[in-house]
Amino acid sequence: MDWYPLFNSLRIAAVSTVIVFFLGIWSAYYIAKAPRAVKGLLDVALTLPLVLPPTVVGYLLLLILGPKRIAGRWALETFGLRLTMTWWSAIFATAVVIFPLMYRTARGAFESFDETLAQAGKTLGLSNTFIFWRIRMPACRQGILAGTVLAFARALGEYGATSMIAGYTPGKTATISTTVYQLWRTNEDGLALRWVLVNLAISTVVLLAVNLLERKEKRTWR
Amino acid sequence: MALTASIRKRYGDFLLDVDFTAGNGGVLALLGASGCGKSVTLRCIAGIERPDEGFVVLNGRTLFDSKKKIDLPPQQRHIGYLFQQYALFPNMTVEQNIAVCLPKQEKSRCRARITELIAMLRLEGTEKLLPRQLSGGQQQRTALARILASEPAAILLDEPFAALDSYLKWQLELELQDVLAQFSGPAVWVSHDRGEAYRNCGKVCVLDRGKSSPAVSLRELMTDPVTVSAARISGCKNYVPVRPGNGAGQLAVPDWKLSFRAAAPWREGVTTLGIRANCVHPAGTEEINSFACETVRVTEDVFSMLVMLRPEKAAQDAPLLRMELRKEIWMALPEQKQIRVAVCPEDLLLLE
Repeated sequence: MDWYPLFNSLRIAAVSTVIVFFLGIWSAYYIAKAPRAVKGLLDVALTLPLVLPPTVVGYLLLLILGPKRIAGRWALETFGLRLTMTWWSAIFATAVVIFPLMYRTARGAFESFDETLAQAGKTLGLSNTFIFWRIRMPACRQGILAGTVLAFARALGEYGATSMIAGYTPGKTATISTTVYQLWRTNEDGLALRWVLVNLAISTVVLLAVNLLERKEKRTWR
Repeated sequence: MALTASIRKRYGDFLLDVDFTAGNGGVLALLGASGCGKSVTLRCIAGIERPDEGFVVLNGRTLFDSKKKIDLPPQQRHIGYLFQQYALFPNMTVEQNIAVCLPKQEKSRCRARITELIAMLRLEGTEKLLPRQLSGGQQQRTALARILASEPAAILLDEPFAALDSYLKWQLELELQDVLAQFSGPAVWVSHDRGEAYRNCGKVCVLDRGKSSPAVSLRELMTDPVTVSAARISGCKNYVPVRPGNGAGQLAVPDWKLSFRAAAPWREGVTTLGIRANCVHPAGTEEINSFACETVRVTEDVFSMLVMLRPEKAAQDAPLLRMELRKEIWMALPEQKQIRVAVCPEDLLLLE
C-alpha cells in the first residue's frame, strides 16, 4: 500500500491549520472589537465558506488562481509558478474551507473574555502585546484549542474544493479523500476500504483528543 | 500632589459632569447611588474610557485634555485601579500576578520587593496559589499588592467591598486603611455607603445622576448637607416642601399645615425641608416645634422602631413623617396611636 496520500493529507492539513490559526485569531480579535455594522458584514463574508458547497469554493478559487486568471497569471508570469494542480494548491482550498471554523470559535472565546482583565493589565502598566499573549490568549485557550483541532480535522477531510484545484495525481496531489474516491471509481473496493479505515482511525483519535482536552480543562478550571 | 478631574461625557440621555480634586489630605470619597456615574468617572481617570471633554491632571502632569488633544494610554498614567471584582489574572499565581506588575529591574531586587509586598499584605503561604483558590479577602489583598507593585502615583478604589460577604468587611476595611495610610499619593474611594465613606475618607464629593457637588468634609455632609441628593446619601429620610414663614427664623410647611422655628437662617434656593428620622422624638405640648400626629404604621427593626406618622392637620397625600427611636422608648410610651413629637430647630435641614 502506497502511503503517499496519508503523508500528503497530513502536510496539507498541518500547513493550512497553521496559517488559519494565525489568520483566524487575528481577524477574530479585531472583528470582536469592531462596530456592530462592520462586524455583521465581515462575519457573513468570513463564515460563508462554512455553508457554501466545497465545489462552489473550488470554483471561486479557480476564478482567482487559475493560470489564466488574475492571481494565477500574475504568479505564472512573475515567478513561473502554477498555483493549481500541485500538492500545495490544496492548501488554498483547505485554508479557505477551515477558516470559518477557527475564526468563529476564536471569536466566541474572545467575546466571552472578561475585558476588565485587559483593562486592569493596562492600568498596571503592562504592554498590549503582553496582555494579548499572556492574559487574553491563556484565558481563551480552550476555545482556541478546540477551534484548531476542529479546523485540522476538517482540513484532513476536505474533498470538493481540493479535487477541483489540485486534482488527483497519484504520488503528487493525491490525498486520502481523493484517493478513496478514485479507488472506488476504478472498482478497487478493498483498497478503498483500507483508506476509509485509516481515515476513520485518524478522525476518531482527533475527536477523542478534543474530548480529553475539554475534560481536563473542566477539572483545572472548576 | 493632587489629582484633579474635570470630565464631561454623554451616554444617550445620561450626562456625566464631574469636577473634583483629590489631594493628600486623606482619601476623597465619591459617594452616590448606583448608576450615578461613579465607576465611569474612575474609568475616565484611569484612561479606560475617553471623556467627551475636560481634563485630568495628576501631580501637575496632564493625563487627558480634550482641548490640548492629550490622551495618555492607561499604561503611562500610573494610576492604580482596584476593580470591584479585583480582575486578578486567573492563569497566574499570586506571586506571578504581583511579579508581572513590577517595573523592569534586577532579578534580586524583584524578588525582594515581592517578598516585601507579600509580607505587607499578609499573603504568606498563598504565593503559589491561583486566584480562584483564594478567599475574597486574599483576592483583594493580592489585587492591592499588585497595584502597589506597579508603583502608582494615585489609587482609585471602585467599591472595594462590593464583592465580599459583610462579616469579612470590617477586618479588611482596617487593613485597607493601613495600606492607604502608607500610600503618599491622592486616592479616590467610590462608594454608595455613607458609613464606609465616613470611616475611611476625609472629604466627600456627592454624585447625583452624573452631576458632582463641590467636595465637603464628611462631618459637613452629615451635619449640614446643602442639596436634597447630599441629604439623601447622608441618610436623611424625610423630605417635605418648605416656604419661609411669618417672622424671622420661621418656616412654613403647607403640606402638613405646620410652622417650624429653624436655627439656620433662610437662604435663596431652598425648596425642601429635610428631617432625619432619628431627630424626631416624642415630646410634650410645651416643647418648641412640637406637633400632634397619628401613628400610621410601626415596623420593628433590629435595635429600633420605625414609626410612620401623619401630622394631625396634614393633607391626605402629604408625605408621612418617619421617626426612628430606641425600642424601650417606644415601649414606654403611654399612648402609641396618637402621639406628640418634636424636632429641634438645629435639626431642620434646609435643602436646595
